[in-house]
Amino acid sequence: MSEKTKYAKPLPRIDEESRGFWEACRRHELYVQRCRDCGAVRYYPRALCPSCLSDRTEWRRASGKGTVYTFTVTYQNQSAGFRDALPYVMAYVELEEGVRMLTNIIGCAPEDVRIGMLVEVTFDDVTAELTLPKFKPAS
Amino acid sequence: MSTGTLRGAAAIVGVADAVSPTGELDRRGRVLEAAMIAEALADAGLTLADVDGICCSGIATGIAEYLGIHPRFIEGTFVGGSGFEVHVEHAAAAIAAGLCEVVVGVYASTPRLDRRIGGGVPGASGPMGPDMMAAWEAPYGARVPMTSYALAASRHMAQYGTTSEQLAQIAVDARRWAAMNPRARYRDPLTVDDVLASPVIASPLHQLDCCLVTDGGGAYVLTTAERARDLARPPVYVLGAATASDHWIISQMPDLTTTSGTVSGPAAFAMAGVGTDDVDVLMGYDSFTITALLHLEDLGFCAKGEGGAFVQGGRLARDGALPTNTDGGGLSSNHPGMRGIFLVIEGVRQLRGECGPRQVQQCEVALCHGTGGMLGLRHSGVTMILGK
Repeated sequence: MSEKTKYAKPLPRIDEESRGFWEACRRHELYVQRCRDCGAVRYYPRALCPSCLSDRTEWRRASGKGTVYTFTVTYQNQSAGFRDALPYVMAYVELEEGVRMLTNIIGCAPEDVRIGMLVEVTFDDVTAELTLPKFKPAS
Repeated sequence: MSTGTLRGAAAIVGVADAVSPTGELDRRGRVLEAAMIAEALADAGLTLADVDGICCSGIATGIAEYLGIHPRFIEGTFVGGSGFEVHVEHAAAAIAAGLCEVVVGVYASTPRLDRRIGGGVPGASGPMGPDMMAAWEAPYGARVPMTSYALAASRHMAQYGTTSEQLAQIAVDARRWAAMNPRARYRDPLTVDDVLASPVIASPLHQLDCCLVTDGGGAYVLTTAERARDLARPPVYVLGAATASDHWIISQMPDLTTTSGTVSGPAAFAMAGVGTDDVDVLMGYDSFTITALLHLEDLGFCAKGEGGAFVQGGRLARDGALPTNTDGGGLSSNHPGMRGIFLVIEGVRQLRGECGPRQVQQCEVALCHGTGGMLGLRHSGVTMILGK
């Protein structure tokens, strides 16, 4: 068995609304949805635009750059996969495209994370089927 | 009936609760729910035969069948902790519209007893639909409930300069109230330093910034203003009530420092015809210290960003200008998972003058406010204004 099959953290369920997002992540590309009628960009992916209810949707590749809107360092979590990863940083990153996503900040010490810091996407191939977008300090 | 207002149409005429200084009860599930309903009806001087409406967070037909009643009004809105304020609002509206006359609302949850003896009796919970948190947040280690509160506290500190010491003051003041409540879980004195010395769970929140996990149950009885006049206890009228639904998961929350209390608060004040200066007791859902700070700002007790300075000096405590969570709150008294019903019950008891050493003098108006579900998950805000 490879290490990948032992991944213990929860995995997202991929469905018809989210498949495009997760397939892009496997290619190490970050995509957001954009409404072809009103132009609103949205995250998380969904079939209808929450601004105008249009179902005319296109996938747009995001720059992968953003800023930390807020973050927390978790010191206690006994659930599988996380208890060995403490402390870890969760952040709400605002992408250049204007949407925010909850993610992890990796690639720096937790005490070095700051609100407002520039970050860029990095891809974590957590299983053979699934890649999670995470963020690291911008180069 | 005038349209667009519930002011004075319905009154809470009976309340009951079961909480314990050990944090653990010896009854649970339907047994506890039925006992709470019986006690609240006795408090009101009513019987089960009078009841034609029932509220719970879930499927109300279960408790109705258990009690052998066939209500014509059932209300099972499940939105988390503020659901009980939603129930009072909807029940008052149904009473105002003549759909029913006597409504009981109930809650029971015993996580500690369930853990000890096993075979948990989960409360009825409504269908929640697709779990967006599992899809978009749990893979990154989001924990219910503290993650979203920590993210909000972190942002509030960066944006407004709020300090851990200021948040800790909220926990300290809750403990000062709890010391006067023999049924509160924790009553020993607490200092700001104690809070700051407790372990950091999710930065910037310490263990003592977080509410308790206890058992608890409660019920209330609501009826028409006319019928309320002749019952056993002084009526406590629903003067204003408003709900505001916001978001399911945190990435959809436009501003982590602002809750939907900014919508429900002004609407409830307008219906009640009172303002923040008229509030004698604030019963605000203190799941975490940051929750209490945010609703002070969002309900208009102070300006956005000034909550930290507002709570300094013990303004929320016994001799402060805004007595808050007089039973000791979720931070020191009880928190069985969804505390909303206890906000209403304590508010009613303060207005009736039944609170003994913790009684607020000249108590005319109580405001009960729930944030949640949670701040960052299944977020709605509900504000209820009660008066004599």
